[in-house]
Amino acid sequence: MELYKLTAHELQQKLQTKEVTAVEVAEAVYNRIDAVENKVQAFISLTKDRALEQARRVDEKIKTNTALSPLAGIPGALKDNICVQGTKTTCASQILENFVPPYDATVTEKLVDADTVVVGKANMDEFAMGSSTENSAFKVSRNPWDTDTVPGGSSGGSAAAVASGEAIWALGSDTGGSIRLPAAYCGVVGLKPTYGRVSRYGLVAYASSLDQIGPITRDVTDCALVMNAIAGYDHRDSTSINTPVPDYTKSLVKDIGGLKIGLPKEYFVAGMDPEVEKAVYAAIEQLKALGADYKEVSMPHTEYALATYYMVATAEASSNLSRYVGVGFGHRGQGDDLISMATKTRTEGFGDEVRRRIMLGNYALSSGYYDAYYLKALKVRTLIKRDFDKAFEDVDVLVAPIAPTTAFKIGEKVNDPLAMYLQDVCTVPVNLAGVPAISLPCGFKGHLPIGLQIIGKPLGETTVLQAAYAFEQSNDYHKRLAPLGGE
Amino acid sequence: MAYEVVIGLEVHTELKTKSKIFCGCSTTFGASQNTNVCPVCLGLPGVLPVFNAKVLEFAVRTGLALNCEILPFSKFDRKNYYYPDLPKNFQTSQYDLPIAVNGHLDIEVNGETRRIGITRVHMEEDAGKLVHAGSVTKSDYALVDYNRTGVPLLEIVSEPDIRSEEEAKAYLEKIKAILQYVDVSDCKMEEGSLRCDANISLRPEGATKFGTKSELKNLNSFKAVQKGLEYETLRQTDILEDGGKVIQETRSWDDAKGVTLTMRNKEQAEDYRYFPEPDLVPIVVDPVWVEEVRKNLPELPEARKARLMNDYGLSSYDAEMITTSRAMADYYDAAVAAGADAKLAANWLMGEVSRSLNNAAQSIESCPVTPEKLAGLIALIAKGTISGKIAKTVLEGMWSSGKDAAAIVQEEGLVQISNEGEIIAIVERILAANPQSVADFKAGKEKAIGFLVGQVMKETKGRANPEVVNKLLRERM
Repeated sequence: MELYKLTAHELQQKLQTKEVTAVEVAEAVYNRIDAVENKVQAFISLTKDRALEQARRVDEKIKTNTALSPLAGIPGALKDNICVQGTKTTCASQILENFVPPYDATVTEKLVDADTVVVGKANMDEFAMGSSTENSAFKVSRNPWDTDTVPGGSSGGSAAAVASGEAIWALGSDTGGSIRLPAAYCGVVGLKPTYGRVSRYGLVAYASSLDQIGPITRDVTDCALVMNAIAGYDHRDSTSINTPVPDYTKSLVKDIGGLKIGLPKEYFVAGMDPEVEKAVYAAIEQLKALGADYKEVSMPHTEYALATYYMVATAEASSNLSRYVGVGFGHRGQGDDLISMATKTRTEGFGDEVRRRIMLGNYALSSGYYDAYYLKALKVRTLIKRDFDKAFEDVDVLVAPIAPTTAFKIGEKVNDPLAMYLQDVCTVPVNLAGVPAISLPCGFKGHLPIGLQIIGKPLGETTVLQAAYAFEQSNDYHKRLAPLGGE
Repeated sequence: MAYEVVIGLEVHTELKTKSKIFCGCSTTFGASQNTNVCPVCLGLPGVLPVFNAKVLEFAVRTGLALNCEILPFSKFDRKNYYYPDLPKNFQTSQYDLPIAVNGHLDIEVNGETRRIGITRVHMEEDAGKLVHAGSVTKSDYALVDYNRTGVPLLEIVSEPDIRSEEEAKAYLEKIKAILQYVDVSDCKMEEGSLRCDANISLRPEGATKFGTKSELKNLNSFKAVQKGLEYETLRQTDILEDGGKVIQETRSWDDAKGVTLTMRNKEQAEDYRYFPEPDLVPIVVDPVWVEEVRKNLPELPEARKARLMNDYGLSSYDAEMITTSRAMADYYDAAVAAGADAKLAANWLMGEVSRSLNNAAQSIESCPVTPEKLAGLIALIAKGTISGKIAKTVLEGMWSSGKDAAAIVQEEGLVQISNEGEIIAIVERILAANPQSVADFKAGKEKAIGFLVGQVMKETKGRANPEVVNKLLRERM
C-alpha cells in the first residue's frame, strides 16, 4: 500500500509501531506531489526543507520513545491564508505575492507543537472569495475526480491535495462554505467549527464575523484528530470561546440510537440536481436505519441567507482589505502621489472578484444605503439565527445538501458571478448563525462525489462528528480514491 | 445685528496606560521611530486586536469625573478612511454606543458659573505620524512612524453650550485639570497628548435655531483655540453682516498667519462607513465595578478648591489658581501637611516658586525644592528667623543646591537681626549721614523713611528685621 493513500490514524499506527519513519511518510507524499501536482495544481508553495526537518525531529522522538501527539509526523497542507512565520502567505493574491509573515497563526503554532509536518501552502480563491478556486491569481486547481472540473472553493487547493494524496490532512477556512463545498466536490470530509471554537489569529481576514478555520481530511476520524489539535480558546482572538475543548475522538461511536435529525425543507432550492437530492434523502434513510429519529423542520428565512451573506461578508471585507495600499507591506504600485499609488496598488494587486466584493461592501456601508443594506442584513442575520435556535429545540442535528450540484466544469461559471454565488446557498446560513457543520461524501453522480451536510448546535461538534462517523462507517464512499493517475 | 457665538469642542486626549489599546506595545513618547510596534499595531494581515482593560478603567474614571452616565453595554466600531499613518486604513473607535454619555462640567468666566454639557466620551486608537523630508509640500516622499499607532485615546465631545472663546479656554482648562486629577492623561499639548477641534456657528441673538457651523482643526494650543475661535467669529460675522451665508466646511487654523483656511467642504466630507468592529466583543460593564471606580475617584478640582477655601481660608482666586493643576494642588497640600503656614504657602507657591519654575521652564512635578523643604523655608519666615527678602535668596540657594533652608541660613549667616541692640548703632549712623531725609520726614514726607530703612538694610546686607528698623528710626526722629 502506498503511504500517501493512508489516513492520519492509519499512518500514526505505522509510525508508532516503527513500521515506517516520518521521513518516509513525508517523502512518499512529496513523491506523490511530484507525480500529480502538474495535474492537480493544489499548492501555491511547498515547504519541503522545513517539512523534512520536522519529520526528522519526529523520528528522533520516536527513537527515544518520547510521547507524541496523534498527528506527529503526519504531512498536511495549510490554506495559503494561514500565516506561517518565515513562509510566504499570499492569499492567492498578487497583492501579497511576496508577503512573508513575521509571526505564526495560532493554529500553525498548535500544529507545530503537535509535531505535524507541513508540506506546503494550498491554493485558494483570492482572499477566500470564490467557490471554485478559479479566482486564484496564480493557478486554477483541479478536481482530482475529474481534472476538467473545479475542486470547489475557496479552500479548493486544500481539498484537492487531500483527495489526491498530496497531503494526508489540510486546513481550510470557511466564510460561507469554503471548507464544506470543496470537501463535497472532492469527496473528502470538511468541518466548519462553531464560530470562536478555533482561533482566527493569523488567518488573513475575509469577513471577520464569519471566518472560521477547520480541517479537511479523508475520513471523520482524522477530522476529530485535527480538531483536537487546533480547537481551543486563544487570548489573542477576542471572539474565541473560552470553554474547555472535548476530546473529539470520543465522538467516534457508531451508535446514534435516538439521535434526533431534522431536514430543513427550504434547503432543497430550485435548481437542485435531482441526483443530489436523491443522495441526501438516501443518506437520511441510512441514518434512520442506524437508529436516528427523523423529522422535517422549517427554516423560513433560508431564502434570504445568500443575500444577507453578500451584504455582511462584503461589508466586512471592504474594511478588512483596505489595508492593502502598498504602504507597510505587500505589492506597491508606482504612483506620483498617495492616491495614485494606492489606486495602482489595488488595481494591479486585486483580481476582479475581490474588487467586485470590495465595491459591493463599500456600497452597502455608504451613508444613505447603510440602513437599507447593511443594517437590514444584520437584522435578517438575527432572524436566520433564530431559525436555527428554533429548529434545535426539536432536533439534535440538521441534515442537508452541501450544494445544489456536483462539481462543475472549469470556466463554466467564471463570467456569471450570481450562478457562482448560488453554489453557496446551502452553506452560508451556517456561517451567519455561527454553528458547526460537516461535509462528508454520501454518494456519486457519475464519477463525481456528492456531499452531505450535517449541522449542529453551537459547540455541538461532538454530536455532528458522532452522526457523521456513524454514517461514514455504514458505507465505503470515504474509502474510494480519486482516479487520478488511473488507479 | 448682534450675534451669539455657539461653540462645541471635541477634545482628544492620549491615555497614559503603559501599553497600547489593542496590543502589548509600549506607549512611551519619544522612542526612536518604529520601535514600539508589533504585527497587531502595524495592521499586518491576519492579526486581531485585544482590548486593554486599563483603557476601559481610565475611560470610566473620566466619564464619572465628567458626571456622565456609564453605558452598561457599549461597543467598538470601525471608522473607515484612507491615510498612510493609519496602517489598517480604519480606526477602531466607538460610534453609536460610546462608553459614557450625558455629562457636564461647570466653568467660571468673569465671576459667572456656566454649565457645559458633555455629549459623550468614547475610546479609540491613535494613528501614527508622517515624517516628511523638509516641508510637506516640497518633500518627494513621506516616512511613517507607527510608534503612536494604537496609543489609546479618549474623545470628549461637548454640547454646543459654549458661548465665547473665553469660555472655550475655561472649558479646556477644566477638562485638562479633571483629566490630570483622575490621573488618566499627561495632557501635554506640545506632545500631542491633548488635542482639540472646535465647531463654531453664529446666530442672531435670541434665535433658537443654530446657524451653519464650520469645524476648526489644527488647534494645537489653548492659545490657538482662543485665537482660532476669535478669528472665526469675526470671519462669520463679516459674512453674515454682508448678507452672505456661512458654508459648512472644515477649516484649518494657520497659527503663523493667524487665519483659518478651507480644508474641505461638505461635498468633500469623508463617508466613514462606520460598522460594528467584528474582531472585538461588545463591552459589558458591571455596575458594581463602576460604583467601585466612583468610590475610588480622587478629590476633583471643585471639591478641592472648596476645601482650600474652607480649611485654610484661601481666597477664591488663590484656591482656583492652586487647584487648576493637580500637581500644583498636591504640592500645596504636601507643603501644608509638612507644617507650612497655609497662607504663606499659597503666596510662595504662586509667587516665587511659580516664577522660578517659569524661568527654568520646569513643571511643578520636577521642582527641585520639595514641598517639605518649602515648608522648612516658610517656617523660618513665620518664626521671624529670616526676612521675606532674605527668604528669596535662600530659595535660590535651595533651588541650585537642594539643601534645606535652615542649612543655608546657618552656613551663610543669614539669620535676621531682630535684636535692637545690634541695630541701634547702624540706625544712628544712617540718621547722622542723611540729615536731609530726616528733615524731610519731620516736614511730613512719610516716604523719606523708606529711603532710610533701605539704607539700614543695605548696611546689614538685608538681615535686619525691617519692622524693628522702622520702629527704631521713628523713635529717633
